[in-house]
Amino acid sequence: MEETRHWRNFVVLWLVASLIMTPIVIFLLGPGLPPGNGSVEASGQVTDNTVLLATATPVALGVLVYLGYVLWAFREREPDAVLDGPAIRGDSSVQFWWLIATTTLVLFLAGYGTVRLLADGSGGGQGPNPIATPSVPAGGKRLVVQVVAQQWQFNYRFPGYGGVETNALELPENSLVQFNVTSLDVIHSFWAYELGVKADANPGVNNVAYVTTKGPLIFHVRCAELCGVWHGYMFNQGRVVTKAQFATWIAQQRVKFAPATSKLPPYSKTYFPDPLRRGG
Amino acid sequence: MTAAGKRIVGITVVAAIVCVAIGLYIGLYLTNVPGSAAATQTSSGKHLYLGTVPAAELTDRHPTWVSYYVVDSNSANWQHVTTFVLPANTVVQVTIYNYDGASALRNNWFGQATGTIGGVISLNGKTMKSIDPDSASHVFSIPQIGLAVPIMGVADDAKNPCGNAPCSLSFDHTTTTFTFRTPGKGLYRWQCFVPCAAGYIAGFGGPMQTVGYMDGFIKVV
Repeated sequence: MEETRHWRNFVVLWLVASLIMTPIVIFLLGPGLPPGNGSVEASGQVTDNTVLLATATPVALGVLVYLGYVLWAFREREPDAVLDGPAIRGDSSVQFWWLIATTTLVLFLAGYGTVRLLADGSGGGQGPNPIATPSVPAGGKRLVVQVVAQQWQFNYRFPGYGGVETNALELPENSLVQFNVTSLDVIHSFWAYELGVKADANPGVNNVAYVTTKGPLIFHVRCAELCGVWHGYMFNQGRVVTKAQFATWIAQQRVKFAPATSKLPPYSKTYFPDPLRRGG
Repeated sequence: MTAAGKRIVGITVVAAIVCVAIGLYIGLYLTNVPGSAAATQTSSGKHLYLGTVPAAELTDRHPTWVSYYVVDSNSANWQHVTTFVLPANTVVQVTIYNYDGASALRNNWFGQATGTIGGVISLNGKTMKSIDPDSASHVFSIPQIGLAVPIMGVADDAKNPCGNAPCSLSFDHTTTTFTFRTPGKGLYRWQCFVPCAAGYIAGFGGPMQTVGYMDGFIKVV
């Protein structure tokens, strides 16, 4: 009887706490979760993070409320008396429902994550043969940008614009961008934070990631794979600009880097630089 | 003094010695910063003279490592420092005397000068925008401000090559000069983009991964 009362109290407290905190998490914390709304994929990641946090909230509250209730309900009321509690025993009913609840949660999250990943890749690197390709926005077209990583700088090559390579990155708004990420030396990771894009840059591998841009934006690019002494300095800024501004910018880059472009190898998904004359 | 008293004094003395030793270690670690050199004031403004050699001085802790040095206008007074102090928002002229051979670029894009005033360099007195990527010996680059200058190597069949630093102008060398505008105050890093570390995997170990040889800082004040 006593035990039933404790369980009822705990469940009521947990339900009240969950009914209060879960909407707070969804509607107050959720919109501020990373990485923001810089792209369609980034917005999707905010939604995913909100779902994960909202799912974890009742679980965390269950632990905290249980701990708090136990501390309060079973506190020592007679400090002078040192008495041992009743022996701990198993409870198959608790174990059964614990397994049902946790299994349901894990399967739900696995299913949710799979559906979300298959929808558009969620901005992650999908390897050389991507299976989750987002649709091109109305009135737009797919822009292919090759990310060439090297200790310690990201360069960007535009095969649709004469194969010009730049050390800065600008993207047109409301466009589907296909990043072909590769490396010339060690493993790097191309992480455009506000765009929600993160893809490993491996030598000899073309790692494809997609992003659908929204409006004008300044975003930060960082290397997310420890790649050597200047790894911490391997960063730069990029911009999402209007389509007219992008057209102007890429035309300027083609002129500016014409001498370098003429010396570049033909565009390829991966590059294998010639054997070094001195490197071992 | 009792035995217990002696024990307490002994423990106190040992603890004090250990604490002083730890303090000294941390203090020396925090204050042991690489040396630096400032640009020279000339009639035409600030001028930074650098030298690159296939191997550091024989007395260096790594006498086989390729390295940059600070030199004077006559390629003398070699200082093994790679932190350069430059004034902010100022046009600085840089001259690099290179005594090293070519290693070739890993990314040919770096064969073009970027971020210099006019987008050009002067190679042995001749103005140009880019060099043959296979003839590149080094790149002087400050990625944070988009500066990248290719340095042409000494010919493979040079008659009078220099091995270890210091190297005088009588040795075979190339001279690259360029100007660029320094950014605002701050600490910027510079590096080489040629895989020039002989004997290391992909040429990117050793001196390429150690501040003080093929990379360093630009301290803009």
